[in-house]
Amino acid sequence: MREALLEVDNVTLRFGGVVALNQVDFTLYKGEILGLIGPNGAGKTTCFNAMTGVYRPTEGEIRFGGQRISGKRRYQITKMGIARTFQNIRLFPEMSALENVMVGADAHHRTGALSAMLRLPRHWKEERSGRDRAHDLLRFVGISRPGEQARNLSYGEQRRLEIARALATNPQLLCLDEPAAGFNPAEKDALNQLIRKVRDSGVTVLLIEHDMRLVMGVTDRIVVLEFGKKIAEGTPAEVRENPAVIAAYLGVPTDAS
Amino acid sequence: MTNGEHATPARAANGEHAAPRARGWQAMKSRWSEMPQGMRWAGTGALVVFLYLLPNRWFYEYLWYLPTQASDMATVLFETAFFVLLAVGLNVVVGFAGLLDLGYFGFFAVGAYVVALVTSPESKAIVEYNWLADPITWVAAVPIAVAIAMVSGVILGGPTLRLRGDYLAIVTLGFAEMIRLYASRTEGLLNGDRGIPDVPHPVPGVKDATGDSLFLFDAKPYYWVVLTIIIAVVVLVRNMERSRVGRAWVAIREDEDAAEIMGVNTFKYKLLAFAIGAAIGGLSGAVFAGKQGFINSASFQLESSILVLAAVILGGAGNIGGAIVGATITWYLPEWVRGMGKVFGLSFDPSEYRILAFGLVIIVMMIFRPQGIWPNKRRASEFADRRKEVAANA
Repeated sequence: MREALLEVDNVTLRFGGVVALNQVDFTLYKGEILGLIGPNGAGKTTCFNAMTGVYRPTEGEIRFGGQRISGKRRYQITKMGIARTFQNIRLFPEMSALENVMVGADAHHRTGALSAMLRLPRHWKEERSGRDRAHDLLRFVGISRPGEQARNLSYGEQRRLEIARALATNPQLLCLDEPAAGFNPAEKDALNQLIRKVRDSGVTVLLIEHDMRLVMGVTDRIVVLEFGKKIAEGTPAEVRENPAVIAAYLGVPTDAS
Repeated sequence: MTNGEHATPARAANGEHAAPRARGWQAMKSRWSEMPQGMRWAGTGALVVFLYLLPNRWFYEYLWYLPTQASDMATVLFETAFFVLLAVGLNVVVGFAGLLDLGYFGFFAVGAYVVALVTSPESKAIVEYNWLADPITWVAAVPIAVAIAMVSGVILGGPTLRLRGDYLAIVTLGFAEMIRLYASRTEGLLNGDRGIPDVPHPVPGVKDATGDSLFLFDAKPYYWVVLTIIIAVVVLVRNMERSRVGRAWVAIREDEDAAEIMGVNTFKYKLLAFAIGAAIGGLSGAVFAGKQGFINSASFQLESSILVLAAVILGGAGNIGGAIVGATITWYLPEWVRGMGKVFGLSFDPSEYRILAFGLVIIVMMIFRPQGIWPNKRRASEFADRRKEVAANA
């Protein structure tokens, strides 16, 4: 029996009269790469936001490592071990690539204002280890100019920098929100490799993505949402054959009626 | 921040687009940063010695037209240093954390009144309410004043720092006015407009060569006290800026939501900036009370809050050096101009027009150089980004 890391337990999320998520229910197991797909407006990002504490479920709950997430502040959820990237890149544009990653690494640092002010040993120790970790992560995602301001990096580098920054928080779960948007095929292949490398380093990955080739190629299991409801779940091969999924993506032929 | 400092090539590249700057200034800056560590320490040391020597007549009379001609140099220097201290404190709140605080003088008032209440023999806290058996010394009162100012910062910041932008400005403005009106309208503790007299000078026992108490008529010792405080505060604040605390502030300024999702407790860091600002404001108030020997509500006008803010913005918010330059110009220049008018034989006192001139300068600055005279590079380009966004959306 595999160990559950994140449990989405019958989550419903309403905005006024709009039901964005309708009794969504799935489990993410430790060490896997799970894909979350669905047509536009299916509720993928909403589901994602609920998991990272941006929205609070109207009904049901989300548990991470057995602990309830709802009601926790967003930075606490990060410290619990869930990290994420953003669909539209949200780096700190005027900070260097290295500093961006160091902000992530600070999430598990304990230097307080006083020891920073007086430069106590803990400050130096954490500053050094944070910098080393940031350099390692930049190498890991393949960014060669650590001193460059984030805004001056290329689009692909910015996307990868977001991944490095998220990994710096030492997550157990990394959630990627459309990381391949705007990528060419070669970049998508590189991303595929990177996602596998992340998983092999012991981090569970949740992937939201439109690009079917990438999703089918990299994930272990896939959950399909449509209109806020889960319509299918299974391995890429199973999902590809699932009639409900095909209908959702391609539409049901009208002449059938 | 921490790392960028060492990444020289990237730095140089940043400098080029960050802000249009005079060629000579650029060259001087890069020459300074390329100097060996020892040379830079020596340079900084020389500047500090110069600043300590500055109020002595035998020193400044050799400085051509730099000293003020019409007013006592030591007094002007004290006031300038005092103003610089206020600007350094406000810079933490406005420049580092990006919080618009218009109530900074409220904390100044808290610091000043706390010192007056616990040190003056006339204070009602001692005479009427018997909270203290005897007045304590100024030196002992300063930490109390700083602590209470800081606590009042936390109490005000707690509920209000969840507000952003203009709302925060209005709430803090209200706070400063509340303190001032309370002080002026109620007889209770603070004696209304009559104020609290007989606040002791810092170290009453010390005598100078002529047998007068050192901290009495002469402004020099006060200048030295404030200068020392400024140096200490600048070192501490700079250390913070170059640590995870400073990184968190930049992250909050640039994208508050992303910062929080990356594990930054944004509320805590904003509150920290606010509390540090309040503490420095309170410290300034404590020094002020010790120098004046008397305080009442008239000492805490709204204009002062705005003048400090204007000095920080003029100098360049987010850069400690910029705040110091801005405050020095804002205070020293009008006093210097007063004397210059006499030197050139003008029949009017040009410093009478200082507020008018200052207003014009601010307007011109906001059009041509909104990031200030000596801005924080990062903040300057944040400014430019925002302008581009506005232009794109318009």
